[in-house]
Amino acid sequence: MNRLLALLFHQGVLDEQFLQLQQLQDESSPNFVSEVVNIYFQESEKLLRNLRSLLMDREFSDYKKMGVHLNQFIGSSSSIGAKRVRNVCVAFRVASEQNNRLGCLRALELLEHEYCYLKNKLHELFQIEQQRLLAAAVRYPVQQH
Amino acid sequence: MGMAQELHVLAVDDSLVDRKVIERLLKISCCKVTAVESGRRALQYLGLDGEKSSMGIDGLKVNLILTDYSMPGMTGYELLKKIKESSALSKIPVVIMSSEKILPRIDRCLEEGAEEFLLKPVKLSDVKRLRDFILRGEGDDDKLTDKKIKEACSRKRKFQDDSTTQVTAHDIESSPESSASSESQQQKQSKIG
Repeated sequence: MNRLLALLFHQGVLDEQFLQLQQLQDESSPNFVSEVVNIYFQESEKLLRNLRSLLMDREFSDYKKMGVHLNQFIGSSSSIGAKRVRNVCVAFRVASEQNNRLGCLRALELLEHEYCYLKNKLHELFQIEQQRLLAAAVRYPVQQH
Repeated sequence: MGMAQELHVLAVDDSLVDRKVIERLLKISCCKVTAVESGRRALQYLGLDGEKSSMGIDGLKVNLILTDYSMPGMTGYELLKKIKESSALSKIPVVIMSSEKILPRIDRCLEEGAEEFLLKPVKLSDVKRLRDFILRGEGDDDKLTDKKIKEACSRKRKFQDDSTTQVTAHDIESSPESSASSESQQQKQSKIG
């Protein structure tokens, strides 16, 4: 495990589920993790936009709809091992269930912050992996048949 | 009865992330996978009129349906009910997945005839055990059905051990006859967690 990954584990940003995903990656599916994570990013950003536009609406009252978005976010976050993002979503959901608008706004800010951090770190992780592969390819060039 | 070692699993989940992961888990476990995004699509694939029995549109028999519980439109529970109400499809084992461990929900699904209830995120070990269980049952449907009826009320989850202890050799035995005793072992183990 590289140092960045170990750090992310230590910080609780990622959990064992991320390792599970890595175990599912092999020669037959060499980009599995980045493919899943990129789908996660797309879905998450959509959800974050929806959450923000719901809360920014002065007439907002549809906490149930917010709950639906949050459930999706919780589900996908736990599927990729994004533990801290998931936990913030859970707290967000509690505020939503209490119809606590201010609490929701605070939770949203925290969620956006956590999500940004996660995204940056995962990009870094993938870059490190790419560089490692490139270095290995240079050292051991593939023989042409 | 399809005796092929490769199971054909119909996976139902509205989350694209989860579909991708479950698809990979199943492929690694040597299952053929058809992944759809809703209960409605799943029923379409299975042929609602029942004429093709458990054949999917591509003519391949579906050996297992693995569905998420929380889905917009038709929940996994509603899909389960529709499948069990259909004479053509009711024999297909249905497993429900959910990220929330809500006991009344679990009970309701098991009572409605779900084979098992898996907590998300689903692990490779869960899928492998599920596959082995279904493979063993494929040649022996009637025995499994009788057992299911008897155990409907007191069923505990067979596969997932959400305690930290590893599931040991008390795990599901090789023949259906002895799985009753190993199941009670399994129940004890999951209580310990």
